[in-house]
Amino acid sequence: MAEVIFFIAAIGAVAGALGTVLLRNAFHSVLSLVCHLIALAALFLLLRAEFVAAAQVIVYAGAVMVLYVFVVAYIGGGDRPLAGPAGPGLKVLSALFAGVLFAELTIALVGSGLSALESEGAPYEPGFGSPSQIGGLFLTKFLIAFEIASILLLVAAVGAVILARRRSGLEDPREVSVADVMRGRHGTLTDAPPETMLEAGGPPRR
Amino acid sequence: MNLTWYLVASALIFSAGAGGILVRRNPLVILLCLELMLNAANLALVAFARAHGNADGQVFALIVMVVAACEVAVGLGLIVAIFRRRLPIDVDELRELQG
Amino acid sequence: MSLQAYAWIVLLAPLAGCVVIALTWRLLPARAHGVIGTLAIFVSFLAALGALVELDERRVVSVAWDYASTAGVDAQLSILVDPLSVFMALVVSGVSTLIHLYSVAYMGGDRGYTRFFAYLNYFVFSMLLLVLAGNFLVLIVGWAFVGAASYLLISFWYRRRTATRAGIKAFVINVVGDVGLVLGTYFIFRGTHSLDFLKTFEAVGEAFGRNDGDLVAGCILLLVGAFAKSAQVPLHTWLPDAMEGPTPVSALIHAATMVTAGVYLIARMHPLFEQAPAAADVGAIIGCLTLLIAATIGLVVTDLKRVIAYSTMSQIGYMVMAVSSAAYAAGLFHLMTHAFFKALLFMAAGSVIAAMAGVQDLDRMGGFRRAMPFTFAAMVIGGLPLSGIPPFSGFFSKDEILALLFAREDWHVVLGVLGYVGALLTAIYTFRMIFRAFYGEPVPEARALEDGHLFHAEHPANPATGEVEDTDVGFPGPEHHIAERALPMKAAMGVLAVLAVVGGIPQIPRVTDVLHEFLAPSFEDSRLYEELEPSATLVWVGLVVGAALGVLGIFIAYTLWVKQPERPRALRARLAPLHRLFVNKWYFDELIDAVFVRPGAMTGRFARNVFERAVVNGLLVGGTSGLVRGAGAAVRRAQSGYVRYYAALLLVGLTGLSAYFLISA
Repeated sequence: MAEVIFFIAAIGAVAGALGTVLLRNAFHSVLSLVCHLIALAALFLLLRAEFVAAAQVIVYAGAVMVLYVFVVAYIGGGDRPLAGPAGPGLKVLSALFAGVLFAELTIALVGSGLSALESEGAPYEPGFGSPSQIGGLFLTKFLIAFEIASILLLVAAVGAVILARRRSGLEDPREVSVADVMRGRHGTLTDAPPETMLEAGGPPRR
Repeated sequence: MNLTWYLVASALIFSAGAGGILVRRNPLVILLCLELMLNAANLALVAFARAHGNADGQVFALIVMVVAACEVAVGLGLIVAIFRRRLPIDVDELRELQG
Repeated sequence: MSLQAYAWIVLLAPLAGCVVIALTWRLLPARAHGVIGTLAIFVSFLAALGALVELDERRVVSVAWDYASTAGVDAQLSILVDPLSVFMALVVSGVSTLIHLYSVAYMGGDRGYTRFFAYLNYFVFSMLLLVLAGNFLVLIVGWAFVGAASYLLISFWYRRRTATRAGIKAFVINVVGDVGLVLGTYFIFRGTHSLDFLKTFEAVGEAFGRNDGDLVAGCILLLVGAFAKSAQVPLHTWLPDAMEGPTPVSALIHAATMVTAGVYLIARMHPLFEQAPAAADVGAIIGCLTLLIAATIGLVVTDLKRVIAYSTMSQIGYMVMAVSSAAYAAGLFHLMTHAFFKALLFMAAGSVIAAMAGVQDLDRMGGFRRAMPFTFAAMVIGGLPLSGIPPFSGFFSKDEILALLFAREDWHVVLGVLGYVGALLTAIYTFRMIFRAFYGEPVPEARALEDGHLFHAEHPANPATGEVEDTDVGFPGPEHHIAERALPMKAAMGVLAVLAVVGGIPQIPRVTDVLHEFLAPSFEDSRLYEELEPSATLVWVGLVVGAALGVLGIFIAYTLWVKQPERPRALRARLAPLHRLFVNKWYFDELIDAVFVRPGAMTGRFARNVFERAVVNGLLVGGTSGLVRGAGAAVRRAQSGYVRYYAALLLVGLTGLSAYFLISA
């Protein structure tokens, strides 16, 4: 029974992954990823990680992917061809490389002779992977990681707000791109006299 | 089910994600492929946790999920900002940081 | 007041004068600064007189401050007050006061008047520091300060290129002397382990054997310092060029004081020189050479001040010869009388040059006798002691030197004979100068003066090169002051004239012995000081011969330049090669140029073009920076800006790494 569910879930996950990579429309890729995530949640359940599976569905597939959906809806899918100016050669090469990577990882796994790999795993204890156990671990052994993760979330939230805020009116002089300033196309945007050679557009001409 | 299957699946998803990063030009899709890789790692972690009977791997996987969420927030914010500036959403065009 | 107090006042009054002038330079009118400067030196002179009264034949060391007493080096700010230093202080401060008085009038109208007095006071301070020094450290400091003051004063009219070049030349040659002085000190210190004079003199007997290599080397290095400062061959080339400075500067520095520092040095270091007679002999020979070479050049130069400069060089040659041959009192006596009559000569020359509106060329002067009687009298009164005519001061001092040289009765007798030859030449060139400037047809400037107005040139110009100047700061002022019309100048010259006449009285041979006895405590550790005593016959013969040579010289000069003015030209044609040698100053400048200056410049050019440009800039700096830049450029190409490229790099790297670990495991 477990094998059957495993295979269904695994095939679903791999298919979702391949769909994300290969589908042209970005929206389709997003939806494909959502399927992938749900399949992965099933795999987690098989591995007795109940809380992680729940978190995967609620947080990852629920919140994070919703973000993606919103952004794709805002931006638009864009039906662009996969290969760019580099040509289709890049596609082949990348696929080849991915294959190489897979092969290498598999060799590492299978050929390494890890003792754990052949076994069925440790005996199951009741309460393994339950929310209470995870919670306990978070508040005792991994307390610092927990706190730092919350700080990280705060930083990300602030960063995201700043990055995406809209500015009204004329382009703020502080919004010039660095490249333009380096190319000397800006001078001083106000009436102030140029104070550096960069602003003046070069050394003083006699 | 023995562990190897999970790990092979993880490896497969990981390589798919890696290949996707190399191929796709839409930064959004690249981020999606990045998510793929992260999920593959999560799968491996949880599998090992089950194998050792130690829930530390699951905690690690949860933290990875937190990090992925943060990174997604910031990355999507970037893409929205790029879109607002009317720049093309194409990593091949966004090359201002060249040396 | 105590002796130490007097001595410190002597030293510090000029410094106070300099500082006050410098700090109030905008606050007071220029003349006030002249008065302050003169008063400061006068106070110093009075304090020197006080020290003279309190001296009582002792030698006192007064320490102001201990710089360092570590590792066997006793470095203190100390002054040595003994008859020799009080004598020198009196001469320096006395003549300086008179020259300051002269300058108050002479430099009137010059935009740099205040600066001039500040510099003059600073110079007198440094000279007094030098003569009052109680150890080698303070001596070296004073030596260096004097060199600096000399530079400042020679290039006083700093917008004149010739003046600044002359100042630099003087300074560089003085620095060579400084190096010699410091190295010589080192050699001596190594043996005696003390920088203090009195301790060194006591220790020199045990520390060094007679003519010990180290001591001879040290003394010869000291001599290098003395020769540079006193303009002896071969370090003399700066003195004629130094005439670019204003005339009071020439009078003070290059006649009476700075150039006598070398003589003072040798006299002060007499215990060292008596222990290393080889070095003393070198000094005597160089002194003799210098007096002859300078006298021959003085016969042919046409610049009025340069004649007097070469005369100074020659007379200092006498002094150096004297103190190197243990005739200490005689040499110092000549130092004193020379200060009087040479300063007087320079002052008179300044007056003549002012009448000529800045021109110093003898060829353009003539017939000033009627127009400038006072200046003429001053010049004659200055010229007579110089030529050794009795009963003037110079006669007694010069003949005492020569008599003592004969009294040595070894090869020094040759030096004595050459000294008499030099005396003849001295008389000739001195009166050549006087006859050419004051006799003959009056030149336009003289005629103008006879009519009662001072000649002024249309455009102020550099007298040597003729470049047009202005009269703003950095160039001479628009006014010219002659002695007949300026009371301070007359007063100063008058006092010096009296001194030049009666200055010989303290040391008339066989009659008075004032100086010799006064200086005896300073020389009590000298073997030869008391021993060296010329016999009566020697003295009388010397006096007669000297007087005769002086009168003969005047007669020859009179014949050549007054009675038969065509003769000099004919002589010049007959002795053309000799004349050329003398006019080119024995080619010393060319020699130094070829041996030192040109190789130096070549080395510099090589260092700049080859070494600096190619090796340092090109290879080392350019190489390393080029390397860094190249590496940076290479690395920069990796920054393509393509996100996928970076990602690819990451993944490929990861794969590679895992492969490596797989394979190695």
